[in-house]
Amino acid sequence: MMLAVIAGRLAAALPTLAGVVVVTFLLTRALPGDPAAYFAGPAATREAVEQIRAQLGLDRSLGVQFLGYLRELARGDLGLSITTGQPVLSDIVARLPASAELTLLALLFAALAGISLGALAALRPNGWLDNLCRVIATLGVCLPAFFTGLLLIYVFYYLLGWAPAPLGRLDAFAAPPPHVTGFFLIDSLLAGDGETFRSALAQILLPALSLGIFAVAPIARITRGSMLAVMSSDFIRAARAHGLSARTVVIAYALRNALLPVVTTLGMVFSFLLGANVLIEKVFAWPGIGSYAVEALIASDYAPVQGFVMTMGFLYVLLNLAIDLLYRVIDPRMEVTA
Amino acid sequence: MSAASLAHARHVLSGNPVTALAFGLFALLVGTAIIGPELVPFDPIAAAGPALQPPSARHPFGTDAIGRDVFSRVIAAARLDLGMAFAAVAIVFACGTLAGAAAGLFGGWTDRIVGRLADTIMAFPLFVLAMGIVAALGNTVTNIVIATAVVNFPLYVRIARTEASTRRGAGYVEAARLSGYGEAHILFREILPNLLPIMMVQVSLTLGYAILNCAGLSFIGLGVRPPAPEWGIMVAEGASAIISGEWWIALFPGLALMTAVFTFNLLGDGLRDIVDPRRRT
Amino acid sequence: MNDVAAATLFPAAARAAPRVPVLDVADLSVEFRTRSGTVRALDGVSLQVHRGECLGVVGESGSGKSVTAYAVMRLLDPAARITGGRITFGGMDMLGAGDADLADLRGRELSMIFQSPRASLNPIRPVGTQIADVLLRHGGVTRAQAPARAAALLAEVGIPDPERRARAYPFELSGGMCQRVGIALALACRPALLIADEPTTGLDVTTQAVIMDLVLGLAKARGMATVLITHDLGLATEYCDSIAVMHAGHVVETAPTAALFATPRHPYTARLIGATPRPGLALGDLASIPGSLPDLRRDDLPACRFLDRCERVRPDCAAAPLPRRTEAARMVACRYPL
Repeated sequence: MMLAVIAGRLAAALPTLAGVVVVTFLLTRALPGDPAAYFAGPAATREAVEQIRAQLGLDRSLGVQFLGYLRELARGDLGLSITTGQPVLSDIVARLPASAELTLLALLFAALAGISLGALAALRPNGWLDNLCRVIATLGVCLPAFFTGLLLIYVFYYLLGWAPAPLGRLDAFAAPPPHVTGFFLIDSLLAGDGETFRSALAQILLPALSLGIFAVAPIARITRGSMLAVMSSDFIRAARAHGLSARTVVIAYALRNALLPVVTTLGMVFSFLLGANVLIEKVFAWPGIGSYAVEALIASDYAPVQGFVMTMGFLYVLLNLAIDLLYRVIDPRMEVTA
Repeated sequence: MSAASLAHARHVLSGNPVTALAFGLFALLVGTAIIGPELVPFDPIAAAGPALQPPSARHPFGTDAIGRDVFSRVIAAARLDLGMAFAAVAIVFACGTLAGAAAGLFGGWTDRIVGRLADTIMAFPLFVLAMGIVAALGNTVTNIVIATAVVNFPLYVRIARTEASTRRGAGYVEAARLSGYGEAHILFREILPNLLPIMMVQVSLTLGYAILNCAGLSFIGLGVRPPAPEWGIMVAEGASAIISGEWWIALFPGLALMTAVFTFNLLGDGLRDIVDPRRRT
Repeated sequence: MNDVAAATLFPAAARAAPRVPVLDVADLSVEFRTRSGTVRALDGVSLQVHRGECLGVVGESGSGKSVTAYAVMRLLDPAARITGGRITFGGMDMLGAGDADLADLRGRELSMIFQSPRASLNPIRPVGTQIADVLLRHGGVTRAQAPARAAALLAEVGIPDPERRARAYPFELSGGMCQRVGIALALACRPALLIADEPTTGLDVTTQAVIMDLVLGLAKARGMATVLITHDLGLATEYCDSIAVMHAGHVVETAPTAALFATPRHPYTARLIGATPRPGLALGDLASIPGSLPDLRRDDLPACRFLDRCERVRPDCAAAPLPRRTEAARMVACRYPL
């Protein structure tokens, strides 16, 4: 039954995925000036440019090019990076876990902080916590993500010395754990290597916090609004009339119902996070796909950037799909049909 | 605006000091952008003193790595930052409102095409798409503006479309049709003017997002080139300094960004209260 | 929990001689602070319910019936303030009781069923689990025994195939079934007093009769006191032993049912009877009551809040205090009763 739903939602997502491919193609080929020159790079000779042109089929019509593009995609060929000399796909695959670990940790933090703050604020409307929540929500959306990261570095690294230097995923003395998932936190635990785990944790804490803070505000605001609405509903009053303990009423009855709208806003939160991820990776020298794309972009190396945009597009569509499915699982009222 | 709506606006403003404050800050920001660069004490792009000086009486925001006065640069940068944001929002306001209103009023293929376009844009994390657009079109300030406009397009389309399709069957629209006016006339003369107040609220709210977007793109090195003063690029310049403790180079442009975004958000909320108090959160 | 256990836990109610009331509301006054003024929702409301008895509380919408119920349960809105009077339940002062004591009493000795059955149930929790929550809260069953006991309770209220239905969600059940679940929840711990707030208003006519028979049948079997709140005088007449008529926050008349119908003493009661459909009367024979409830935010409310709608009004009717004449088992709040 569930598989049918998943298949159905995947099918519904296909047009969007197709859109991602088309847009990325247009971005790739719609470059003003000579696309071949873009891909050959600023240091290329005339012959190299022509070679690239023939290689990428840029001398053919747009329709033929698109088919060629699709064939390449099917083969997993996203082009070659001029700066690293590697196929873009293998670069992205190598660097994706770093970004994923950072974003997921940030989301975890944002969800925990945002939901707790929002729920607690709703339980005592107009109390000090509620006002704090409102202030955070208002200011949180005004702070540029890169600025927050820098501020945190200044306070926690320079002033307090609590955080390590923002030099990447591990400190200078630690070696990466044996590769299982690519997530250093998980892999080091799996290898039983406490030293590396601590190092990885220390390095990821500040960037994850900076990234997550951005998302705390919208999550807290939605949770607060949703919780307020739920707390004044009939079934909560009935639950109290039956004498259920405050803990049961708030957590098992109110919060679970209040979280449903929060799940639906996760999609928007992810859009935030995936975008701000790029900025945070630059600030903290984090070796993920965001900094990969930025470095390539500055060096006028365009194939990695296109690969990055498409990967992010695909990931985002799949993430939204996952959120949709998660919602259907949590809310028994949703029709379990495709 | 009619006399009645002006009176209403004044009534709301008098009862709502926060909104009045927002309007005041907004005026201050725009004023800074317009005449700021003429009034700054030092030349924003030339060295004015020893490098890396902390804030002092002579340099209230200190000096940066090349010895330029940070205060002058922050003030001068208002013009570029606000300029980019206003330009981007102006473009998306015009295109998005028109496209959305047309989609809502005409339905059918217009609706489908516009909808598909908006959905495809929203399939990407918006900042990532902006990066891709700048990469495709070229690394210039103009393209940053265009990229920001494009990623905000779906939002305007959605709101305009909803409002237009609600009004599609309204009395005055029917009356216009019966009087023999064509659909284009109805779009421009009947629908769009009624959409203006709601879209203005959106304009104000997205100005904040547009500034952050442009600053973010500048921060990673796109568009604006040194030595041009711009808040995003100034924070980037201050980033390496902050690790060695020179906090003022990045802090003040960052605070300027925050102030601008805060003002626009506050203004948007205030405008929303004036236009449609029911929607207050 | 059987009656013996209940009697041991709550000896006062069990041992109460028939004339000592299970619930004694004396001179209760409640105000609501709103943005547009203070609403004097209840003014000097007094009523009593005895063991095994069903008291009907009848009145138009807005007369304060539900407010009285929520006040007794101590579940009023935060904007409400109890400004006077006493509520005594089984000898216990409800107004002075602490939250822990109240939460203990509710559901166990004192419970309620609500007007919108589906809205009073947690929409994302199976109904059997909700009953189990109440059972586990008030003790008497272990976690292992709870599901079976919950299914047994569903069977008691006439739900067919109770084991399967216990796993159902409220949206999968009809309105009548939801109300049965509500009854099962309220009666799970064999309370001494049940307050039924318009229990049949949201249901169709046939289901109404079935639900009322069910509730009152269970009540009579256990010697449970019941308060039936309704706007339908006919319904109250059919099921209640005595009736309290409310108007605009006042109890205007209290009497045993037969006596109330035979010889109403308050002009409002007479009007209500004249507006109630009965077999033998045509629709045209019914008379509506002119006017509407007074605005309870006024500072200058007269002593009798019915005088604007009363055809027998005299100049000194507005003078405070509103006289309440009690004789035998009847009370009427009128200076010039019928």
